[in-house]
Amino acid sequence: MEGDAESRSRLRTRAFLDGLSLMKQGAEARVYRGRFLGKAAVVKERFPKAYRHPALDGKLTHRRTAQEVRSIVRCRKAGISAPVVYFVDYVTNCIYLEDIEESTTVRDHIISMQQCGKEASNLCALADKIGQVLARMHDEDVIHGDLTTSNMLLRPPCDDHNLVLIDFGLSFISALPEDKGVDLYVLEKAFLSTHPNTEEIFRALLQSYSSNSKKSGPVIKKLDEVRLRGRKRSMVG
Amino acid sequence: MTIVVGFEGSANKIGVGIIQDGKVLSNPRRTYITPPGQGFMPSDTARHHRSCILDVLQEALEEAKIKPQDVDCVAYTKGPGMGAPLLSVAIVARTVAQLWKKPLLGVNHCIGHIEMGRLITGAENPSVLYVSGGNTQVIAYSERCYRIFGETIDIAVGNCLDRFARVLKISNDPSPGYNIEQMAKKGKKFVELPYTVKGMDVSFSGILSYIEDMSHKMLSSGECTPEDLCFSLQETLFSMLVEITERAMAHCGSQEVLIVGGVGCNVRLQEMMGVMCQERGAKLFATDERFCIDNGAMIAQAGWEMFRSGQVTNLQDSWITQRYRTDEVEVTWRD
Repeated sequence: MEGDAESRSRLRTRAFLDGLSLMKQGAEARVYRGRFLGKAAVVKERFPKAYRHPALDGKLTHRRTAQEVRSIVRCRKAGISAPVVYFVDYVTNCIYLEDIEESTTVRDHIISMQQCGKEASNLCALADKIGQVLARMHDEDVIHGDLTTSNMLLRPPCDDHNLVLIDFGLSFISALPEDKGVDLYVLEKAFLSTHPNTEEIFRALLQSYSSNSKKSGPVIKKLDEVRLRGRKRSMVG
Repeated sequence: MTIVVGFEGSANKIGVGIIQDGKVLSNPRRTYITPPGQGFMPSDTARHHRSCILDVLQEALEEAKIKPQDVDCVAYTKGPGMGAPLLSVAIVARTVAQLWKKPLLGVNHCIGHIEMGRLITGAENPSVLYVSGGNTQVIAYSERCYRIFGETIDIAVGNCLDRFARVLKISNDPSPGYNIEQMAKKGKKFVELPYTVKGMDVSFSGILSYIEDMSHKMLSSGECTPEDLCFSLQETLFSMLVEITERAMAHCGSQEVLIVGGVGCNVRLQEMMGVMCQERGAKLFATDERFCIDNGAMIAQAGWEMFRSGQVTNLQDSWITQRYRTDEVEVTWRD
């Protein structure tokens, strides 16, 4: 009986998702856009990954769905902007989220700013804002786990720097400076490899992080340590 | 027409390869194999390389049917790698370059892998997963640089496999990774291991200590077989690698993947990557052990590209370095 109910629920979800438009296929989920109970929504579906062993896949998918929702709620409670969670379906591992309409990713924004040769000062102001938001998130002990400029949105108009964090699938809760340091390290690498010649802008981001977080001292120290570990990595070919 | 000879000996393989305008004329190689349970030490490895490098060079020239005067440039691995083996090979490269009066070229080992992979598979602008005993990196090209998007925070995936092989005393002949791969095919039970992905980065040291710790207990209690452990370790490690590759592809908007490096010839890894690519309409490029595993031709190929774009290394600059990141090299041969 229970199995029946589950498979019916799967079919219903499938039918609903097929009526939406596929926005993109990220690394671990398909993202659909459409309306949910009259509201503009995106649905993030963590579909089974065929390349992974089913036992591993089931565990990872469930854990990440739960963790994503938990961290979003925790951030929103602390006043950090993240999409509203409308509904979570653990049978199909779908999360129904607020659609941040007309938003741009920070990645595209930086690229277009660099292309039209705008002043670095405008980007520094954005970096300042990112530092502020991350400081607040880390002070709440939320570790994002996948900080990149693709995972930060700007509400329109972009120049207001109204930042929304998304994609908390790899997030977890930790108070350790080590985890926060690695979180920043992951961002640093993604930031500098995606946007060449932005070292100065990233420095501004870290500076703003340091001055806005109550616990930044040990975190920055750990970040320096993790960077050194990074250099050792390329030792043996 | 440009002919480049490449010398590679950064780890336990010694190889000399000859490339003529995108064609591999010869690519002989020897491997220093240690007894089960043991890794290769730098000084012993260097001794091995010194003892056979001239034979390998002779073989390369004969097979390619060329004479020293036909050569345009001598390329060697500048780094990264183990100091003593790198040095032994660099000395030979320097010597023959002076004897033959040919220009020298120091090549980054990782760039060698990437350029060889591009040559053999014809991949145009792929995201690259570079996996070997010393490196684990997800790389994409932009603005004259192979940029590292994701990498290991501690040990390389091949190192994790090699050291696990030592725990179980799996043979190092032809390579520990190959033997683990064969054993994994007979594994049935999936043992859950730690799974550590941090954005586009991975960490393997925790998995290694965990499996080192529990394997003897689980084996002696009959809970699982060595084959099950090989299977579970491969499934876990490779899932992590495919995941970070996919994340980098989604981030960069890339539709091509190239796998290079010694671990890259593992068929199970290629298969998993292939499934991921199919799921997102992307294309997979991979090569076999001849070009995945360290070899001389890859150094010759990267050297060929560098030489054609006008680079040479002066004798006084022809040193080696154990630490040499992929993103330190200015890529002068691509747009």
